[in-house]
Amino acid sequence: MTRFSAWSVFRNGFKDQSGWTRQWRDPEPKKHYDIVIVGGGLHGLATAYYLAKNHGLKNIAILEKGWLGGGNAGRNTTIVRSNYFMPGNREFYEHSLKLWENLSHELNYNVMFSQRSHISLLHSPGAIDASARRYNTMRLTGTPDAEIWDLNTLKQNVPHLNYGPDSRFPIMGAAVQKRAGTARHDAVAWGYARAADALGVDIIQNCEVTATTRSANSISSLTTSRGEITANKVGFAVAGNTSRLWQMAGFNTLPIESHKLQAFVSEPLKPLLDQVVVFGVGGAHFYISQSDKGGMVFGGDLDWYKSYAQRGNLPIVQDVAECAISILPCLGRVRLLRHWSGVMDMTMDGSPFICKTPLDNLYLNAGWNYGGFKASPASGWYFADLIANDRPHDTIANFNLDRFAQGVSMDERGAGPDPKLHG
Amino acid sequence: MIRINCPYCGERDHSEFSYGGDGSITYPALDASAEEWLEAVFQRENIRGVQTETWHHVSGCRQWLLVERDTMTHEIHSVHAAHEGIAKVLEAGK
Repeated sequence: MTRFSAWSVFRNGFKDQSGWTRQWRDPEPKKHYDIVIVGGGLHGLATAYYLAKNHGLKNIAILEKGWLGGGNAGRNTTIVRSNYFMPGNREFYEHSLKLWENLSHELNYNVMFSQRSHISLLHSPGAIDASARRYNTMRLTGTPDAEIWDLNTLKQNVPHLNYGPDSRFPIMGAAVQKRAGTARHDAVAWGYARAADALGVDIIQNCEVTATTRSANSISSLTTSRGEITANKVGFAVAGNTSRLWQMAGFNTLPIESHKLQAFVSEPLKPLLDQVVVFGVGGAHFYISQSDKGGMVFGGDLDWYKSYAQRGNLPIVQDVAECAISILPCLGRVRLLRHWSGVMDMTMDGSPFICKTPLDNLYLNAGWNYGGFKASPASGWYFADLIANDRPHDTIANFNLDRFAQGVSMDERGAGPDPKLHG
Repeated sequence: MIRINCPYCGERDHSEFSYGGDGSITYPALDASAEEWLEAVFQRENIRGVQTETWHHVSGCRQWLLVERDTMTHEIHSVHAAHEGIAKVLEAGK
């Protein structure tokens, strides 16, 4: 693998860009691996990378049914933040943000992480109080960049929003996390893949798991579209389709429903919006940022019914467009370039699972709701830690399937056991 | 757009309805064990394919419906009133 540097870019500029080599191998699957991770999305790739890097493990494979970055890795709105309130969540996402801050250096791959601030608009004294509580809690528990902005500060920083006194929900201020921002989602997948491959991980694409064979209390082998593969330990990281794989492993139910979430990108514009802006009041739910190519990248609510289809419905397109015009009227004549939809594990409390399972050698990484992209570095870090040491790290002690039975659900939004409400 | 043929109002866009959830769940007796309630409230089969689900015609007749729908193709196979008594009256009137 050629290491990227300013010098290598400069030198290849003189060689007609002919000096670049493959970023990762395309190996044939072996019959046996020590560890197999099912799912070559960001979480699976990060897991394999940290298994090799942090724990020095060898003989690891990632099985991906399609191509890298073809699932939710390429279907998100690329927002990274750690403004969480509940114990467990806030430490986990703050760890993730710290990993993001060094990710380009760590992977020797520019993931274009841009700490441009995450700004949640506030529209009532009650919302300001609730946000002050949340953001004060963040400051007290290791997230130092939480701020509450008054209206004047907000106007100076984000001048284009609809500040009209006649708007349906006038803006009164904002809750801000300055270290939050965006990253280039494809680059994260490619960066982890390249770094994992360099440490000897076999990344096997077009390899769908179709069945599992159980022996005693473990998975003895996986039947795939590229042959039978045995493994000492198996990790599932296939959010969106977790329930299907879970049933292939011989189980029945999970506290998960699959829902689809749409995202949108507009035609490229001149620089307009320097931050991630979130608008959520009176039933509205909307988040927007501007990509480095100039496209406005935005999204809103789920499609409101369970679905495995990777295509969105039109009422949500209208709903999201209405939200966009409510806070950024200047977008009124901007044309939409693309919109797409991804299938997500929505859980009963809106929080994820990184845990052991009833089978001795099976580990589960699932249930990422709206938050999978920003979580991916820490998700891989803690999942690798779980698989290598066969015990959950203290931080993810509650990220298990038993928390509902124990009465310790991590319901950040306070919406109750209805998966579609945890947006 | 999914179109749901409401037995009371006729065929309408799904945006008139609110999705309830898995319609195959039967809630246990109030004095049933915690395990039974855990199953009913939190655990889901999460079918990819045809499932029975509840929809509320919230911007119409406000009745709850049982809909058989494919969660991959969104094709609807059947729509019934969720309340057994009302379903019987509707059947008898056909």
